Amino acid sequence: MAVDAHHAGHAVDHSKPLELSTEEGELKILGFWFFLAQDMILFACLFATYIIMHNHTAGGPTSMQLFDVPGFVAETLILLTSSFTYGLATFEMRRNRLKGMITWMVITALLGMSFVGLEVNEFIHYATTGAMISRSGFLSAFFTLVGTHGAHVTLGIFWMISIMVQLYKKGLNPVTARKAFIVGLYWHFLDIVWVFIFSVVYLPGVMK
Amino acid sequence: MSGVQQFLSHFFITGPFEIGGDVSIGLVSIAILFILTRYKLWGWLWREWLTSVDHKKIGIMYLLAALLMLFRGGVDALMIRTQLAIPGNSFLQAEHYDQIFTTHGTIMILFMAMPFIFAMMNIVVPLQIGARDVAFPYLNAISFWLFFFGAMLLNISFVIGGSPDAGWVNYPPLAELRFSPGPGDNFYLLSIMISGIGSVATGINFLVTILKMRAPGMTLMRMPMFSWAILATCIDIIFAFPALTIALGLEFMDRMFGAHFFTVSGGGNPMMYVNLFWMWGHPEVYIVILPAFGIFSEIVPTFARKKLFGYTAMVTSLLLIAIISYFVWLHHFFTMGAGADVNTFFAIASMFVAIPTGVKVFNWLFTMYRGRIRTTIPMLWFLAFVPNFAIGGATGVMLAAAPADYQYHNSYFLVAHFHQVLIGGVVYGMLAGMYYWWPKMFGILLEEKWAKWGYWFFNIGFYVCFMPQYPLGLMGMTRRMYTYPAGMGWTTLNQISTVGAFIMGLGFIFIVWGIVTSILHPVKDTTGDPWDARTLEWSLPSPAPHYNFARIPQIEGRDAWWAMKQKGLTKLDDSTPIVPIHMPKSSGKPFIMGVLFFVAGFGFVFNWFILAALGMVGVVILLFSRSFEYDTDYYVPVDEVKHTEALYGRS
Repeated sequence: MAVDAHHAGHAVDHSKPLELSTEEGELKILGFWFFLAQDMILFACLFATYIIMHNHTAGGPTSMQLFDVPGFVAETLILLTSSFTYGLATFEMRRNRLKGMITWMVITALLGMSFVGLEVNEFIHYATTGAMISRSGFLSAFFTLVGTHGAHVTLGIFWMISIMVQLYKKGLNPVTARKAFIVGLYWHFLDIVWVFIFSVVYLPGVMK
Repeated sequence: MSGVQQFLSHFFITGPFEIGGDVSIGLVSIAILFILTRYKLWGWLWREWLTSVDHKKIGIMYLLAALLMLFRGGVDALMIRTQLAIPGNSFLQAEHYDQIFTTHGTIMILFMAMPFIFAMMNIVVPLQIGARDVAFPYLNAISFWLFFFGAMLLNISFVIGGSPDAGWVNYPPLAELRFSPGPGDNFYLLSIMISGIGSVATGINFLVTILKMRAPGMTLMRMPMFSWAILATCIDIIFAFPALTIALGLEFMDRMFGAHFFTVSGGGNPMMYVNLFWMWGHPEVYIVILPAFGIFSEIVPTFARKKLFGYTAMVTSLLLIAIISYFVWLHHFFTMGAGADVNTFFAIASMFVAIPTGVKVFNWLFTMYRGRIRTTIPMLWFLAFVPNFAIGGATGVMLAAAPADYQYHNSYFLVAHFHQVLIGGVVYGMLAGMYYWWPKMFGILLEEKWAKWGYWFFNIGFYVCFMPQYPLGLMGMTRRMYTYPAGMGWTTLNQISTVGAFIMGLGFIFIVWGIVTSILHPVKDTTGDPWDARTLEWSLPSPAPHYNFARIPQIEGRDAWWAMKQKGLTKLDDSTPIVPIHMPKSSGKPFIMGVLFFVAGFGFVFNWFILAALGMVGVVILLFSRSFEYDTDYYVPVDEVKHTEALYGRS
């Protein structure tokens, strides 16, 4: 256990990954896990609402009439891939290769943008056919659940860009590594939420 | 011109009470501005308080806000009781009465009880576990300012736009746009959502603090019981508050964007809201009571001069209560008619809560058994709590019996029950904690004469006020009725209840007067340990220096400070050299973020979406600008630490 004891509060433990090597990093990463826990409950409540509202269409369009299989399959593949590419960015970070790391982060952000683009496109398409949030309980729940996820992804993209800028300016150090790691946790979490959206919203929505 | 006039007459509410409110708000604001300017305190206010990230100062600001809100909520209560004193009273109109019971409930739970527990945990937890601050001091300041500006947003509704009037639970369909047009309910939704973000952040902050920042040697099972209570509270906050966010968020979508979550005509279901609300609401009850339990677990051993009886059982019961609290929410609406099986589950779960709670009460009593009890003010509040909570607990079990609940539901029996546990439990606990830790916060002792007058008036007033409400409920008086006819046979009991409420009001005035006289004629706490107490915070001078501990102590058992005193020590071990202390820098951003959230909330309330968007964009800009800020902390040099310690007569 090599510890840089130049300052009691800023001790760096080199036996741990960079992001966890300081006390501050450890605290913030644990805190972010708890944040994700509460975000999970947040989505759980939205899922419960959606499951109850699924058939409350009030004479409006049903999920069967609305959902477009190639569209949501494309969204799913893109988002899953982006989670993988962020994993590669973390892999590069662990090997202390800044350039590779930023490259994979750029690719992740681009995939995220195409996901959001497809989703916005999907929503606009629904709206033009009269399927608005104010049409029925089902559509309220659909737009709110999927929209909340989309808003999370959008924020994640901006966040990721700002971390890329900081990595570019400051290089890899315990602080930037911790920030990049936390965005990664957030991104993977959103990926998992999407897996549930796929299997709770879209898949049952198009099955008889 | 008439359009402008019409707008203004809706914007500024003009009734006798509101104009009274305008005048008092105006006068208080002018007085504050005058004092700050006259004594050149603006810089001091900004540097020492508004930008502070010190948990002790944030705790004091929470305490101040909680007491102010207790006053506001108390005035609401007195107006309610005045209206109900005689049958057919026209002191308040129905609409006004609805607004007042709504703001009374909302303020007392979310803007009085919550900041009071946050005050206690902020002031005590880091000192008690041997930490220099919380895990995320900057976030802690954000939490406070979001709470503060959320509370301001709700309070401003009284004079601008109109107060919410759909009850503190804000159930649809009443709270939907169709039945509650106007900004009132928007104030409710926005203010709670804004302060709710702060609450969740506090939960995360303190959970990490307690799990990761305890002094070396302080294992979880050596931790003081108050910190254990806060740990359980934080778990409840993290897992309960999202349900409230969603309940309110969906209602917000209904009101702002015409969604149909809770409107039956559009395929919605109002019971969805009720379920989501109480999935938060019931854990919330424990979120506010568990810290009170923690406070009593500190006070009783100190003033009985004995170690806490059954430490392990106390921890187990805390965690059991925290977990069971998630399985009882439906007992708030057995009358939904979910069926005998569902109601039975929730009835039994609700009754089960009484078991760990009973364990706690008995353990406090066993701690007192054969102790050398000192009846100080904090201890008096504990002694008043026990019978009070026992009655409140017993009526709680009565309410939990689902078939019988169909009779009690939403009657004054229920009103009496929850006031008994929330006042007798939470408020008594928080007052006890305030008296107990006051010397640690401010370095002065509180006088006892007025405190005792306040104690007796508040306590006797409590029984006079709420005992009559049990029979009133059984006689058929339902909650939230703004008046009643003379022939119901309710008049005498209502009159007694009103007298009791005013006795409590006097008690509050005495309590405040006691505090004011103590400040005017301060008796300094020179030892740092005025109660001869047991836990680590009492090893520090009062008030604690901003870095708390010059050296982080090594912990060898429970009641760490008591153990050191038994070994003959009078202060913490100071044989090791002092090293520079790593501390967070003050920042004005949390305050500004509160202001921006207030602006956004205000915009949403009046459907001024441009203003709302400007506020939200400001929030996002602030978040990113903080992310690019790297110079956020500093080191207190050894000389400065030595100098500060010497001022306290320590080395």
